[in-house]
Amino acid sequence: MTEEKKTKKAAEILVEELTKTPTNGTWLQRVGQSMLIPVLAVISGLFLGAVFIILTSEDVYAAFGRSIGQGLGASFQIVWESYSALFTGSLGDPAKISAALQSGDGEAIRRAFNPFFESLVASTPYIFGGLALALGFRAGVFNIGAEGQVFVGAIFAAYAGYAIQGLPAIIHIPLALAAGALGGAIWGFIPGWLKAKTGGHEVINTIMMNYVAFRLSEWLLAGPMKRPDSFNPISPTIAESAMLPRFFGYPIRFHLGFFIALLAAWFVYWFLFKTTWGFNLRTVGANPSAAKYAGINVTRYMVLGMTLSGALAGLAGTNEVLGLNHNLALAFYSGYGFDSIALALLGNNHPIGVVLAALLFGTMRNGATRMQVAAGIPIDIISILQAVILIFIAAPAIIRTIFRLKEREDVGGVRMVSGWGGN
Amino acid sequence: MATTALRREMGEVSPTRRRVMGLLFLVAGFGIWFLFSRGVGAADLTTFGMTPGGTDATIGDLIFPARSTLNITAFLCVALGGYQLARGFGKYTNLILGVVALGFLFGFLAWAAAGKSVNVAGLLSSSLVKAVPLTLGALSGILAERSGIVNIAIEGQMLAAAMMGSIIGSVTGNGWLGLLAAICTGGLLGWLLGWLSIRYRTDQIVVGTVINIFATGLTSYISSKFLQPYQHLNNAPIFPRVPLPLLSDIPFFGTLLFNHNVFVYAMYILLVVLTIALFSTKWGLRQRSVGEHPRAADTLGINVYRTQYMGVILSGMVAGVAGGYFTLGSVGRFDEVMTAGRGFIALAAMIFGNWMPFGTFGAGLIFGFADSLAAKFSILGVNIPSEFMLMAPYIATMVVLAGVVGKVQAPAAEGEPYVKEG
Repeated sequence: MTEEKKTKKAAEILVEELTKTPTNGTWLQRVGQSMLIPVLAVISGLFLGAVFIILTSEDVYAAFGRSIGQGLGASFQIVWESYSALFTGSLGDPAKISAALQSGDGEAIRRAFNPFFESLVASTPYIFGGLALALGFRAGVFNIGAEGQVFVGAIFAAYAGYAIQGLPAIIHIPLALAAGALGGAIWGFIPGWLKAKTGGHEVINTIMMNYVAFRLSEWLLAGPMKRPDSFNPISPTIAESAMLPRFFGYPIRFHLGFFIALLAAWFVYWFLFKTTWGFNLRTVGANPSAAKYAGINVTRYMVLGMTLSGALAGLAGTNEVLGLNHNLALAFYSGYGFDSIALALLGNNHPIGVVLAALLFGTMRNGATRMQVAAGIPIDIISILQAVILIFIAAPAIIRTIFRLKEREDVGGVRMVSGWGGN
Repeated sequence: MATTALRREMGEVSPTRRRVMGLLFLVAGFGIWFLFSRGVGAADLTTFGMTPGGTDATIGDLIFPARSTLNITAFLCVALGGYQLARGFGKYTNLILGVVALGFLFGFLAWAAAGKSVNVAGLLSSSLVKAVPLTLGALSGILAERSGIVNIAIEGQMLAAAMMGSIIGSVTGNGWLGLLAAICTGGLLGWLLGWLSIRYRTDQIVVGTVINIFATGLTSYISSKFLQPYQHLNNAPIFPRVPLPLLSDIPFFGTLLFNHNVFVYAMYILLVVLTIALFSTKWGLRQRSVGEHPRAADTLGINVYRTQYMGVILSGMVAGVAGGYFTLGSVGRFDEVMTAGRGFIALAAMIFGNWMPFGTFGAGLIFGFADSLAAKFSILGVNIPSEFMLMAPYIATMVVLAGVVGKVQAPAAEGEPYVKEG
């Protein structure tokens, strides 16, 4: 078979694959099928996390020194304490909630429900970040530089927030959001364009762009964007008209950003699965040579994928500035960029999956703060859990071995990119 | 593709590239004249300090009139540009590019220090020290990528190794045991990368990212749970500075290059050993052939998987040495996320150095120099924000990757999992 025929055949199979409506099983079965591996991965992750907590607890060792029974008891106790703190810290303490409801005091009720809303607040940037990576993966680009795009988005949003004064909120908020998205989009466009024009791999270019973004924010906050009356590297507070409204009184910080994130998820879903552009984008991501044969401008869609991905990542930073901090302070690591990779994979690169994964991670991260206070488990346990979960998602063969599941055709696991030395 | 390879073989340069380079040299020359030479007074003297910090002066300071020296440098760059445009330097183009770049940097320093003095030897010495983790990290990257596995986890491997080095060093009170622990930790994480990407064929960049997240989480966890409450677990001995006999007596260069601790010497040794091993031994040929064309290598009877495992484990061990530098070679204690992204910069240095050991050393030096120079900006009173100087290495890496200054060549089969047939 000649090369051209092969490509043509590949194109036909691909188009069939992308357009066909899945027929095997009911709707519920299909959802269950696609959720199986992620759910098992999360369960395995939590189990390994428990083992890790036991292994690093001095109390457990001391108890084992006395007797095996006591040791097992202490192991069980520390895990129980930790995970129940994780639960009450992230969703609220049922006892406190019912007590507050009975007392009828407004602030007490808000306080009791606050952990739940804080989890939503923590999930919001994760939704944006996960969507950014998922959209990139769908287009066949690995946007490992969401971190930098988050920073640039935050810079743009903060500037639009404080430099413009006197606008009504109905105009100012969309404007600041757009500015943040634009900042991220620029930071995503550059490596996308470089990939299309020169073949320079986006993984290395976006990592470089991360550091350029850090230095840029360092310079801006030391000079042009510095708050005039402050010695610290911090920007002026944004205008009140640019702040995302909060829905409840103190101390709940739950704000409009969460719904904007859901809207973004809906947009990504609509774009990917209901528009021609989205179809072309997915084709390019699934098989660039087949896409080329089908007459799709491959490089243009790669650039588009990177740009949109950057815009979504930029919104993650925007959300933090407009919704929570109301200013931009110097930081060198938000962690969203790298965590988002985990989210996109956990969510199977599907907007709905990403939202669920982001809710899970946001909840865990929020609860971990409580776990640190109540059980003395450092918050970094979350990163360890995240890494373990990610391994299981990325190498499903391991999960299948552990749980003795039947092999499916996707044994190879996810694979997004190859080498990066240019074309 | 074939013609490009042939051109490379014959040391020829494409006409476009010849012209671009020529223009670049001209721009550098005029830049020196326009930006620097006109900015200094006719009688200004520039003093370059030639004594690396902490040692006795072996040669006197270099004092020269700023403006005339700058004019000469500018003229030289323009002349080189003219020749490049007219005739071309052929296979020496990159060498001349280096000369022009050095000229430009020299011009910058001469201008910034006009009427003042700048300790150039101190700058070079601190560049060398800063280049150590970057070069070692880049060597780690080379070892993995030459056998076809992308190691984006250098950062995590360094971080975990730094912590283990510090803990074992503190507990035993012996720096060498600490270093051994660091190397083993790196090797273990290298094996993990190999196991997941060879055995399970997981995406190598995803695995690398996972290892980075895992190492960050694990080290921060252990640090806040054990190292902060029990300080004696985090008080490792620091390797002392050992002047090499004879070599360190060479004026200027001796004190600059051969009066350091064991990590700098380890870097020198690894540079030489790796260059020879990769390019002049059967072992190196095997590693590289697996990285370029695993199928062909397999046909010839090379065990691809074993070769790749060797590559990633050695890669992790070298990253372990780099990690040990942070604790045992510099501050003697572990702090959370103390590698601060240097693993990624090492990756950039690897690309900048075109996957060649001495190339990455050069890149490491340039990155280290940019870092050291940025720190001097405020002392010199240069009115360019130092952050832009710090951005320069990253932008330069992107430019190199884009092929503007000549094409870098990555191992061809990098990142592709190899599936054995039959």
